[in-house]
Formats: sequence, C-alpha cells, structure tokens
Amino acid sequence: MTTDLLIPLLLPLLAWPTARLVTPRLRPRPASWLLTGTCLVLAAASTAALALLTFSGLSLIPAVAGIGHWSPQALRTLSGVDVPISIAAGGALGVLMVLVARTTVRYTRWARRLSRELDEHGSDGIVVLPGEDAVAFAVPGRGGRIAVSSGMLAALNPRERSALLAHERAHLASRHHLFLIALTLSSTLNPLLRPLCSAAGFAIERWADEAAARRVGDRTVVAHAVAKAALAGRPHNGFALAATGGPVPQRVSALLAPAPRVRSRVPAALLSALILGVAGLSAETALDSAADLRDGIEVAQAGHAGR
Amino acid sequence: MRKEPARRAPGALEAEVLNVLWSAGEPLSPTDVQARLEDDLAYTTVVTILSRLHDKGVATREKHGRSFHYATVDDEAGLAARKMTKVLDGEPDRGSVLARFVTQLSDSDEAVLRDLLDGST
Repeated sequence: MTTDLLIPLLLPLLAWPTARLVTPRLRPRPASWLLTGTCLVLAAASTAALALLTFSGLSLIPAVAGIGHWSPQALRTLSGVDVPISIAAGGALGVLMVLVARTTVRYTRWARRLSRELDEHGSDGIVVLPGEDAVAFAVPGRGGRIAVSSGMLAALNPRERSALLAHERAHLASRHHLFLIALTLSSTLNPLLRPLCSAAGFAIERWADEAAARRVGDRTVVAHAVAKAALAGRPHNGFALAATGGPVPQRVSALLAPAPRVRSRVPAALLSALILGVAGLSAETALDSAADLRDGIEVAQAGHAGR
Repeated sequence: MRKEPARRAPGALEAEVLNVLWSAGEPLSPTDVQARLEDDLAYTTVVTILSRLHDKGVATREKHGRSFHYATVDDEAGLAARKMTKVLDGEPDRGSVLARFVTQLSDSDEAVLRDLLDGST
C-alpha cells in the first residue's frame, strides 16, 4: 500500500511537464479550466493518500481496532501497513491541516482589510485611488469593484484605459477569484503543485486579456495597455526578480500575435485527455488503496469475530 | 481627434472624466471637461457623470456663478494608491488570489517589453 500511495503524492512532478506540452495548444479559457481542475484533483488525491496512510496506522491501535472489531495483527499482515511511514504521514497531514487553517484565517483578515481600504474611496463599481503608483485590480463583493489608481489612468491613452477596464471586468464576470482560491488551496495541500498552479494562473490572465481584446476589438491596444502599465509600475517595484521571461512579456507577445484560432478540436481533446489521465491515475490509485484497506479491515473483522 | 463613444460602459466614462479632472489639477466646469474629453459626449451626459462622481464622494464641486466647477477630492500627497499597494503586498504567504493587472518586472523583462512596444508601433 505504501508504495502505491507514493504515486498520488509525487504525480504532480509529472503533471508539470505534461502541462507544458498541452497548454500552448489550448486556448486560455479551456486551459484555465483544465489546469485548475487538474490541480484540485491532484491535491485531493495526495491529501487522501496521506489520510489513508495515517488511518492505516491508526487502525492498528488496539483501542481503534476494538471499536471496529478487527484484529490488529491480521490487518497488519493483510494490508502491509508500515507504521513509521504511517506516523510520518500523520505528521504531514497535521501540518497541512494547520497550514490550511492558518492560510484561511489570514486571508479572511486580509480580505477585510482590503475591503475597508477600498470603502474609503468608493462603494461600488469603479474606485479611483489617488496617487502616482500604477495599480489596478478587481475585487469581488458588493457587485464587483474595480480599483484603479489615478497614476495608472494617466499612464494610458483612452483606448488602453478601456482595455484595462475590460480585462478587470472579465476577471469579475468569469469569477476568476474562485479559480485562484482553488489554486491557492491546491498548492497549500501539495507544494509540488506550485509550478502547475502558476501555469494555471498565467492561463487565467491570458483569458482576461483575450476577453479584453474581443471587447476593444484591437489586440495591439490591449498589448500596449499591459506593457505600459507594467513599465509605469517600475520605479515602485523595488527588487528585481532573478527569473527571465516573466509573465508580462509573454502576455504582451501573445497579444501582439494573431488570436489563437480554434484549430481541429481533435488534438486539443487528445492532449486534454492526456493530462486528465495523469490526474485520474492519481485519484484512482488513492481510491484503490482505500478499497484495499477496507477489504483488509473486513477480512480482519471476520477473522476476529471467528475467534 | 473626436470619436464616437461606441458602446462605452458607464464605468469607463467615469474613469475618463476622472482622468480629465486629475490631469487638470484645478476645478473645471462641465464645458471644460467636455472639451478635454477625447470622446464626443453630450453636455448633459458630462453633467450627469460629474454629479454621480460628486454623489459618490470622489469629486468636489464649488459654486461658480450659476453653475458648478468640479475637482477631484484633495488627497494631500496622493497616498491612497501607495497605501493600497502596501495592503495588497500584505497578502498572506506571497499568494496571488487577487489578480493585479500587471505583476513585477525584472530588468530583463523591462528590456523585452520596450523592444516589443517599439516593434509594434
């Protein structure tokens, strides 16, 4: 059982290169759905694997076995439980639960602080923040608010300002905050998922970019809006990142290139099936192991009752 | 160059008018605002937007003869945007639940962006 359950825990390592193969061939919206769904399934499967390993160890404790009416010795032989690994899994699971709880509390507090800060400058719709710093973002709640600084407005021309608002509106209309919450939860439950979650986040930004391009009717305008906004934010963003090829130049290049065409659906479907297969393998392994453990318990219960 | 407003959403018009007020740095009459807007808006539309901004508390107005002159709310050092950036940066665990329009740029990214901009204009 133990080696089987390594699969859901480590499969995210495989998912990342698979995603890199698949996503350039998908348009941003299906890519966002696929990647976010895959992250959730992989996170659920790896958490389930830890839970199973923990429970399999707990099931050997005489007190627990007494309640369930099975023989600890029989169960240990049947299901190949490895007690030290079970303890380690239990420890890891405990740490993850604490992290999830802590992250939830911190995010709730932060969201309230953000909302109160926004309330000082406007109640709903578009909230303009006085100041030179170029800032723009969308917040769900109160019917959806879009915050833009006066500095950001001044850095763009009118059509680019439209593009910016259209991009933020697309985030609200498509409820992207739900995707992002799912991704944050997934990467908290399994840190190996961080690269995949990043890829999903990028696809979501591209989704909003393409929606803005359709609304404005000119991809180049949106490309310029993104580029000028990023350059306007430069002086404030203190430290320089080591990585090259960050998300902004990629978004701008994608917008300056022709729109992603709907080519033959077949290759995209096949590639999606590939990545779903990876996620499915993970889930299936966890479910198989759960079934094995349950079978083992039943046999151990039968043996115990027969004494 | 004057253009048709072309199905502008209400929020977009408010942002345009606010931008005019910010750039001016002094109180403007609705006629002044209408003149400085790139879009071809009716005078009554401009007045409606300015009143709405005033009701929201993002624009001030003072009597000027028989009409009003509008200005942006006085923010001494324009600190609101900076403060908001700080609140955003306080996001837990360096997370990204809130999608900002653009994220930070490395030096090499900046160079790439300038090349892209120059190439496409």
